[in-house]
Amino acid sequence: MTKKKVKKGRRERLDRAKTCGFIAPSFIGAAVFYILPFFVVGYYAVIDNIISREFVGVQNFVNLFNNSIFRMAAKNTALFSAIAVPLAVIIPLLFAILLMRKMPCGSVFKTILISPLMVPTASVVLIWEVLFHYEGTINNFLLHFGIDRIDFFKSDWCLLVIVCLFLWKNIGYNMILFMAALANIPKDITEACMLDGAGPVRVFFKIKLPYIFSSVLFVTILSLINSFKIFREVYLMTGDYPYEKLYTLQHFMNNTFKSLDYQKLSAAAIILCAVMIVIIGILFIIDDKVGRDIE
Amino acid sequence: MKPKTIKKLHEVRRKIATAIIFAFFFGICTVFVMPTVLTFTNSLMSKSEIAANYGQIFSSVAGDAKTYVAGETNLKLIPDMISFSQYENVLLKNPQYLFKFWNSVILTVPIVIFQIIVALFAAYGFARFSGKLRSIIFFSYVILMLMPYQVTLVPNYLVSNWLGILDTRLAIILPGIFSPFAVFILTKFMRRIPPAMIEAAKLDGAGELQIFTRICVPMSKSIIYSVAILIFIDYWNMVEQPLVLLSNADMQPLSVFLSQINAGDAALAFAVATIYMVIPLLIFLYSEDYIIEGVSYSGGVKG
Repeated sequence: MTKKKVKKGRRERLDRAKTCGFIAPSFIGAAVFYILPFFVVGYYAVIDNIISREFVGVQNFVNLFNNSIFRMAAKNTALFSAIAVPLAVIIPLLFAILLMRKMPCGSVFKTILISPLMVPTASVVLIWEVLFHYEGTINNFLLHFGIDRIDFFKSDWCLLVIVCLFLWKNIGYNMILFMAALANIPKDITEACMLDGAGPVRVFFKIKLPYIFSSVLFVTILSLINSFKIFREVYLMTGDYPYEKLYTLQHFMNNTFKSLDYQKLSAAAIILCAVMIVIIGILFIIDDKVGRDIE
Repeated sequence: MKPKTIKKLHEVRRKIATAIIFAFFFGICTVFVMPTVLTFTNSLMSKSEIAANYGQIFSSVAGDAKTYVAGETNLKLIPDMISFSQYENVLLKNPQYLFKFWNSVILTVPIVIFQIIVALFAAYGFARFSGKLRSIIFFSYVILMLMPYQVTLVPNYLVSNWLGILDTRLAIILPGIFSPFAVFILTKFMRRIPPAMIEAAKLDGAGELQIFTRICVPMSKSIIYSVAILIFIDYWNMVEQPLVLLSNADMQPLSVFLSQINAGDAALAFAVATIYMVIPLLIFLYSEDYIIEGVSYSGGVKG
């Protein structure tokens, strides 16, 4: 009896070793290229330079916060994300609900709304330029109504423009996620509520929204990460040094890479990592609480 | 009112609502599809037509074309005369664009293939093996997946520098291969493979490797295809990585180079842009369902 148990235990351990072997190539790669160097990044963030390697505590972080360019980049990125992310959650959710309805051409609409996901940013940048240029189509159109030309890339309007470009690219992906979540809601629950006399709005807020709440939070996180990629549109249209309201964190990182200031880079990466973890952590905790309430 | 008329009234209201929603989506979709369609149709214009329409925007339109510059920008959906001269220019007379295109291919394809292979093994490991260590590693993958480039590029840069592969293609390909995205989705899929099947195979004397190659991989075929497409689009559209890790302009992919085409070649740029987006769009038209499946699986971090 005991002999058998020992044998079984050994076999289990062998199984475990084997399955670990499956994970190993991926884990070693991830460790070498992402995880281990990240600890070095953490180390670089607290030393004065890579030659003397003297410990300076939070000095690099203080320097970074005193750096006006970093502050500007962080502020611009935060402002953009604060506007773009909520819109990138609400609009696709609305679209997904409306598209669940039976309607002619429904699947064609869905295909068209997803298609920007596939179009490389670099390919459509030309059209954006034609549309939003000072002498461009939109300004000419506005001129017909007696509205003065707007310099879209050199005024506060630039924020509106990049929010539109962001939504164009991201609505499709988020919509698919919401449609998948909505399709998973058991029909009998919503039908039972309808029979009890609840209207569609009430059913949505009381039944559907709590049901898809995890998806809403996930789409929020995803949109937040994607909102940092707005750099692509901005860079491809306006280059390394755009109008100051369009100067994003990635611009700052790129230009710091060019000057090879490891301390600045490391401190910036650590701060951003910390901010992301805090935001994601908060969303996870909310998800956990709401999830428990439903059950 | 009679119940019948109430029913009819409901029917009419429903129809009106559907019509309004239809009109709404029709409008939205027209706006959505325009940039893609315009890029395509504008690539069919001749150089002088582009200069005449957009002379104001791509201001320093080169030499001879300048005489055609019109006073007002004029965005046109349909060219006055369809001409393939820009494609001829790109494909036959200006090989540098084809080189950049090839750069994109040679960066993207190895990442797609090897990320899938590495991830398949890892996903099998994660789906089969449970325990504290597994949870910690998987959680660290999730965190890694949720980090923006501004965080991950710094470690990538340091390693490439140490390994001496900075400014070579490997600096982009190697981190790409070990990016955790595919592991995440494939693990979620493989967890749904019924354990009874695996147990049955085990009783028949199959080893882990056999279970992996004979059962799990074949069952994951469609999701593998979905993930491959998603990875492909992601890297086909990359901008941040080549800017930081590949400062050698000759090796940069078309996604970065396209914006550097100088103003005189604006007409050409439309043709290059179209060539660049045609591949992902064709993939999309033929495998929309796979893409939707892949995206749906990426939803929800816990799993």
